[in-house]
Amino acid sequence: MTPPHKPRLGVFKFASCDGCQLTLLDCEDELLAVAGAVEIAEFHEATSAGVDGPYDVALVEGSVTTADDARRIREIRAQTRTLVTIGACATAGGIQALRNFADVEEFRRVVYARPEFIQTLGTSTPIRDHVPVDFELRGCPIDKHQLLEVISAFLGRRSPNVPTESVCIECKRRGNVCVLVAHGTPCLGPVTQTGCGAICPAFHRGCYGCFGPQDTPNAASLVGKLEELGMARPAVARVFRTFNALAPPFREAADAAAKEAVAP
Amino acid sequence: MSERTISVNYLARVEGEGALRVRIHDRSVEEVELRIFEPPRFFEAFLRGRGYAEAPDITARICGICPVAYQMSACHAMERALGMTVEGPIRELRRLLYCGEWIESHALHIYLLHAPDFLGYPDAIRLAEHHPEAVKHGLELKKAGNALMRLLGGREIHPINVRVGGFYRCPSREELDGMRPSLEAALALAEETARFVAGFDFPDFELPYEFVSLRHPSEYPMNEGDLVSSRGLRIPQDRFEEAFEEVQVPHSHALQAVRKGGGSYLVGPLARYALNHDRLSPRAKAVAGELGLPPVVTNPYRSIVVRAIEIVYACEEALRIIDQYRPPGAPSVPAPPLTAPVSGAATTEAPRGILFHRYRLEPPGTIVDARIVAPTSQNQKRIEDDLRELVARSLDLDQEALTFACERAIRNHDPCISCATHFLNLELVRD
Repeated sequence: MTPPHKPRLGVFKFASCDGCQLTLLDCEDELLAVAGAVEIAEFHEATSAGVDGPYDVALVEGSVTTADDARRIREIRAQTRTLVTIGACATAGGIQALRNFADVEEFRRVVYARPEFIQTLGTSTPIRDHVPVDFELRGCPIDKHQLLEVISAFLGRRSPNVPTESVCIECKRRGNVCVLVAHGTPCLGPVTQTGCGAICPAFHRGCYGCFGPQDTPNAASLVGKLEELGMARPAVARVFRTFNALAPPFREAADAAAKEAVAP
Repeated sequence: MSERTISVNYLARVEGEGALRVRIHDRSVEEVELRIFEPPRFFEAFLRGRGYAEAPDITARICGICPVAYQMSACHAMERALGMTVEGPIRELRRLLYCGEWIESHALHIYLLHAPDFLGYPDAIRLAEHHPEAVKHGLELKKAGNALMRLLGGREIHPINVRVGGFYRCPSREELDGMRPSLEAALALAEETARFVAGFDFPDFELPYEFVSLRHPSEYPMNEGDLVSSRGLRIPQDRFEEAFEEVQVPHSHALQAVRKGGGSYLVGPLARYALNHDRLSPRAKAVAGELGLPPVVTNPYRSIVVRAIEIVYACEEALRIIDQYRPPGAPSVPAPPLTAPVSGAATTEAPRGILFHRYRLEPPGTIVDARIVAPTSQNQKRIEDDLRELVARSLDLDQEALTFACERAIRNHDPCISCATHFLNLELVRD
């Protein structure tokens, strides 16, 4: 009988800031335990020893912005049992998706002295637009406790316990004063998924939606409230169009605010 | 006649996606290309049309390893544009936040990315099997830096508490006092780290660098000071563009910065240390002295020792700031209304070296133009020059050994490739 092999973990990067994969290295107390429980087969940022697939679990950071990356993610998918996307870039195109609202051909042509050297697509798209994804972990950046939960869940072949309720629920649990009601500070907490620990309201600022939409958001209603608090329409459109601009509820809210902003 | 090519298709233990290609012909190094194939990330274009207050959060996303640096350069540039002055405890807290990032980023590089090269392991996980204490010390240090960032910034990656004018919320005295035990432990670990890495075996490799960093009248530089170089440059830090320019090269998605009318230069720990050795704190200076580290280090492999000295400094400086802290009356300085177009620029010291931001704003506060020059764009050409020299001296090594030597030489400078590909140089095309 051969001993059971350690589950093989791959960490892969697409267009991103590296912050979500750094979250794994930021698990200072748990990193060596995680490394003991798995075989880290691919993790360019951390190791020069690469091992070929197949992978039991792949953590994928970043969005797809080049034709080559669109091909690469299909190759990774083909070798992976459980594919988990980590962070706003991988789950919603991230801040790079702002290019989807602009003319990238023009950026490239007008802006680079030698545009022919630059290889890029006109869009930044989430991984699930290209391949089936088994689980999406939200956040810009992701939360390290949620990351550890997801890794242990998939290694133990169970579903991760990652809540999809709003930041408001976390704020109440944490005992934060509501910045929107008490101070009139514009806040995306009511429509944003929890997971960060409601840190912005804890620091007396409004949530800016970096974990993307919660499971039952009423963004249209919040747009009205933000305006009531004195936020100009273009500012409302921008706040929804930042780190999770392609997530449908945020996209619709931004489109609605932008449209009315230019209406006479 | 012989033709030889060294290529590494995906550099490991650096941040971001890069590759290397060296072409040797008849024992002469014909071509050295640090290829940055990480896709371009159009940050300067995304900033146009956004409010100035959004810049610290948006530019933080250029780099998950040094988000505080982006937030600091963005805030200082905006404050200069708006004519704001931020002093006293808020200024000190910014410096404290930067200490956290320096500690975290340097500990990451020393233990998880760089030390494995000296000790012969592919990564820190395998290093930990034989040197468990060393790796644990590294993780403890990193954790102390991250704890400081979490207290002041709300979280370690992409902190949420930084704004133009200061912070959303300032910590209480008690909260900062709570940091003292972990920082005191970190200071001792940092000294031990410096002794540990100083004992490594360093190849004999001295290079004629032009060092560039900030220099402040009394402090080891982080947020303030003039731009100076080891060849006599001295200009105000917002006039970076007078002395440096960026050029586009076919093999890279990042622009390469050079001295106008000159060549490559080096930013980062070696440069800061060489130009500011006299501004180090007492213990940092004492440890450097004990280890026989000269005030100017020109061997890039020894940058690991200089990073350790900078961690000693950052721990000591953090403790000093905590000792003297009195909470400010308000967490931020209010910004005046913007009634006419203005521009502002600033340079601060990211862990990897100087980071320049310039913005032009129009009423009511809209960014109409942005320019950002990251440390790794500046070091890119210098890294290629290091490699050219290294390969020329190492032609007798076999392919595998020479390839590994090249990868090591790149890691000496802790390049952050994700940072380097943020760029869009709008100025280039207007002429």
